[in-house]
Amino acid sequence: MSEVVITDPRYASAGKPSGRLLEVEDLRVEFRTRDGVAKVINGVTYHVNAGETLAVLGESGSGKSVTAQAIMGILDTPPGFVTGGKIRFHGDDMLTMSPEQRRRIRGNGIAMVFQDALSALNPVFTVGFQIAEQFRVRQGLSRGDAKKRAIEMLDQVKIPFAKQRVNEYPHQFSGGMRQRVMIAMSLALDPEVLIADEPTTALDVTVQAQIMDLLSELQRERQMGMILITHDLGVVADVADRIAVMYAGRIVEEATVYELYAKPAHPYTIGLLQSIPRLDEKGQELRTIKGLPPNLMRIPSGCPFHPRCPMRVDDICIPNVPPLLQIGPTRASACHFAEDLVNRA
Amino acid sequence: MGRYVLRRLLQLIPVFFGTTFLIYYLVWAVPGDPFAGKCGERPCPQSYVDFMTEKFNLDKPIIVQYGTYMKNLLQGDFGQTFGGRQISDLISDAYPNTIKLAIVALIIEAVIGLTAGVLTGLRRNGFLDNLVLVSTLFMIALPIFVLGFLLQKWLGVDLGIVKPTVSNPPSFGELLMPGFVLGSASMAYIARLARTSIAENRRSDYVRTAIAKGLPMKRVVGVHLLRNSLIPVVTYLGTDLGALMGGAIVTEGIFNINGIGRQVYRAIVTKEGATVVSIVVILVLVYLLSNLLVDLLYAALDPRIRYE
Repeated sequence: MSEVVITDPRYASAGKPSGRLLEVEDLRVEFRTRDGVAKVINGVTYHVNAGETLAVLGESGSGKSVTAQAIMGILDTPPGFVTGGKIRFHGDDMLTMSPEQRRRIRGNGIAMVFQDALSALNPVFTVGFQIAEQFRVRQGLSRGDAKKRAIEMLDQVKIPFAKQRVNEYPHQFSGGMRQRVMIAMSLALDPEVLIADEPTTALDVTVQAQIMDLLSELQRERQMGMILITHDLGVVADVADRIAVMYAGRIVEEATVYELYAKPAHPYTIGLLQSIPRLDEKGQELRTIKGLPPNLMRIPSGCPFHPRCPMRVDDICIPNVPPLLQIGPTRASACHFAEDLVNRA
Repeated sequence: MGRYVLRRLLQLIPVFFGTTFLIYYLVWAVPGDPFAGKCGERPCPQSYVDFMTEKFNLDKPIIVQYGTYMKNLLQGDFGQTFGGRQISDLISDAYPNTIKLAIVALIIEAVIGLTAGVLTGLRRNGFLDNLVLVSTLFMIALPIFVLGFLLQKWLGVDLGIVKPTVSNPPSFGELLMPGFVLGSASMAYIARLARTSIAENRRSDYVRTAIAKGLPMKRVVGVHLLRNSLIPVVTYLGTDLGALMGGAIVTEGIFNINGIGRQVYRAIVTKEGATVVSIVVILVLVYLLSNLLVDLLYAALDPRIRYE
């Protein structure tokens, strides 16, 4: 096993409040179902600062969306329960706050863009109503003023003819325009942190790029902290500052975008990068990561990735859970062989 | 929207003529002598039969009878009963009572059914939920006359809290118990419909969005959740209004309400063809219009439905 020294205060600051905007620490979530308990989040730690974009990357079921739901406080309970950890916003643990205190943070502290805007928007109210109601309910604006602000928001997300379209219903918008409405709605109260949960997954490829550009432009303008949840490595490269890779409810690697693409420090990340289709390998079989993500009711012992890992050493990987350890000033990995991976030529 | 309504109204015309002709045909096609028993123990004198046959065109072919009837009807003349009473008077005496009863029943089923449905839909598997599930099952399973007679005996006769039968014309207060009896089955359906609808929508994405927007729970439930969940309930209520307006033969009978249901029943039994047809003509119209109302209401509640 490699010797690792924790040098970055980021990972030594457990328990102490820090200057970070939003900080998730050792979060644990389980889903209690009739068939058993699924451990969906098993100690996730990440943070985001103002003006920075953190991409959370992982397959379906890796827990990236559930983490976001836990932060927003919109976890379906039951079956989902937060069983441990802290979620700090400006240093205050949101998990110990009253429901009313948490509600006040939603929308203007932390807001969220959902994946499927068609189902996330209420079908029976106009988009104007749904944006304006935040101004009316949260800021006490009059109907008329709130509507003016709603039109401004639609303008900001570049919806043409905002003045007319404000009176239309979600089903009257195209997929891309609907996602713009969703973004306008989430930004209405000028949040400090925006969580975008697969914001482009339901869209056409050409529209995906437009939406991503819009998001990153707005993020820069407003100096928001953004958590971008995605399984699309292509999306990440352009927009993110840092990337956290999740597997089986844990962060397995965290690094800056450049570091991660140049020299991934976890076999899972390597697998992900290799499975991007490449033009120069056209005609050949696509590369995949062998095997399937683990059943969260029976997570493998030791390193949860070991059954699929091409680098596995049985004596080390099967009995020992690799902790997420610092391997550089800006990066961490939860692999027993992280140092070897980084140091290889 | 305007064109849609116009088209629907035009559609009413063939439906109206079709249904009324069928009813007219049926009433006269049923075997039996309309004048049997009209004159006490003895058969009616031939002169009376001849007079009535002449007056009501009973010897003409059915299509001619129908045509004559329709011609008069379109001039606002419903005709007379065999006893010589204006049928329009009979209807205008009875129909307001039926409408009153229908309104009372509709309000009771909407208020109680919806409240129970919303409360249990938000909190499933609790005590209240089980109570509502069992009691609604009971109400659906119990024939209406059983509930009617039971309440009449307990509340009306034994305890004397309410009058067992109503006066003519009845007051709204007197109609509370009959209205409850009449609306009980629908109330149970509405409670269950609302419960399922609320529980289903409670987990929907847009409710989650509303919570994520930081709206107070009161508003999330009262505005976002309720508006969507009400769509099936309101549709059911509208359909039920049409049915209630058709009169309630059993309930009106139990509580001695002079309503349209009792009149039509009496007319069928005594083979008063003109009366049956006249009442049914009104009921068909009311039903068709309330159906149209439901469709328009549906569009008003759900913007995804637009009639072009």
